[in-house]
Amino acid sequence: MLRRQRRRVLATESIGPYTLLRVARGGLEPGIPGQFFMLEAPGRPLPRPMSLCLAPPGELAFLIDPIGPGTRALCRLRPGDRLGVLGPLGNGFSLDVERPLLVGGGIGIAPLPYLSDALGHPPAVLGFRSDLHAEAARLVPNAEVVLEPTYVTEAIRPGHDVLACGPEPMLAAVASLEPTAQLAWEAPMACGYGACYGCAVEIDGEIKRLCLDGPVLAAEAVAA
Amino acid sequence: MKILNASGCLDALTAPEVARSLDAFVTKTVTPLPREGNAPARIAEVEHGMLNSIGLANPGIDRFLAHTLPRLAELGVPVWVSVGGFAVADYADLCDRLDDRPEVDAIELNVSCPNVDDVPASVAEIVAAARAATRKPLYTKLSPATADVAEVARAAQKAGTDGLSLVNTILGLALDERTLKPRLSRAAGGLSGPALKPIALAAVYACYAATGLPIVGMGGISSGRDAVEFIAAGAASVALGTVLFSDPAAPERVRAELSSEIADLPVGEVDNAIGLAHAERPAPSETAARLAAMSVQ
Repeated sequence: MLRRQRRRVLATESIGPYTLLRVARGGLEPGIPGQFFMLEAPGRPLPRPMSLCLAPPGELAFLIDPIGPGTRALCRLRPGDRLGVLGPLGNGFSLDVERPLLVGGGIGIAPLPYLSDALGHPPAVLGFRSDLHAEAARLVPNAEVVLEPTYVTEAIRPGHDVLACGPEPMLAAVASLEPTAQLAWEAPMACGYGACYGCAVEIDGEIKRLCLDGPVLAAEAVAA
Repeated sequence: MKILNASGCLDALTAPEVARSLDAFVTKTVTPLPREGNAPARIAEVEHGMLNSIGLANPGIDRFLAHTLPRLAELGVPVWVSVGGFAVADYADLCDRLDDRPEVDAIELNVSCPNVDDVPASVAEIVAAARAATRKPLYTKLSPATADVAEVARAAQKAGTDGLSLVNTILGLALDERTLKPRLSRAAGGLSGPALKPIALAAVYACYAATGLPIVGMGGISSGRDAVEFIAAGAASVALGTVLFSDPAAPERVRAELSSEIADLPVGEVDNAIGLAHAERPAPSETAARLAAMSVQ
């Protein structure tokens, strides 16, 4: 049943420019890595889609970059505050991979800590804009960090099953390098459950809703 | 008094349990031919609302009748089909094709989408052509972006509409906070959510006084309090739009809140609150009895 749950904020933690928001899990399932939740942004009309970053017992944790009014409101939450949480939503990563390599860029590393836990801490390549942003790399075990102007694609060694999340140009570059990669995309969405048609993208030559058919897609399915 | 969804704010096939919590499901607008809709970005949040420029993305009437409608009927919720076109004949054809489909409880004429370039013909012509094509209950969805919405409502009534859906979105613009460029690919988009509520209430109030037609009120309704205000302004039913995006359980919550709002009023039941805001209530339009007989209102 699609029902938004009220959940209590347990803690917030600054990690470089980002905030790790830890909320009480209650009866919510953490879902598959790469799935997302709609988080009520206090004072804003629409919730924000956030992939799950970590799922310690009794918690759901989200890594948030305060780039707009909604994400800033989420980063201002304090322990004891409550917010509406809907999820898990969408399709996550397929965990049936033999030689996983996690690839992340910037805030796109958000789903990778939970994914890394699920896959037994495989190697990872993470790209960031600055040393400050790169502080988030500590959430992902076994990670090699590259900083701009070096790009993650320069650090990807062949022969891996790539699972990636990051900005669109990074995903497009990963897709052309690794056509079998699994990529987690992002699009503006108001609802997260197929109602608003805001997140339409071209998948397999057809316009589809990223919230239902994604956010994780096979690289070859997407016209980059 | 029914609680519906605003057209385009719910996909009953991907969220059937949400559709089943409504008294009737209103489809996304169906057009003669398939439409992919506008390029992204198609939505943007603004203070107290959101903009959308989806652009009437839909499978077109052929595929809708063959594939979508039979599946909608299986949900067990009355189905209202929203139709849109770019010429009077489009509306007539669409209504004609829906007329013999038992799965369709009512037709909503979307004569007011702000997100397409083609300007449809006059509302009266469209309604008259649709009326000639179908016996199904016809609701005409009007834009509040007009000098005198009551005048348009009167013209729609004269042309044979059974009811009014009030209101569609109104064009708004949002700029990116860093680049100051439009956030939507089409620049402007339809404003919905709480910011639309006073505009919608004014339209409901004026059209109820002018026509006495059954009205589905919508525009920023997110609580039972909002719903009771629309009913007092003259709405016989209400539709939920933007609130469904943040709260899929809004229909049952609004229904429960509305019950307690009505219990606080000296009116007994909700239908007695229709038009309460008016000093004098107009005589109900003759279509009201027809719709009641068909269990549409």
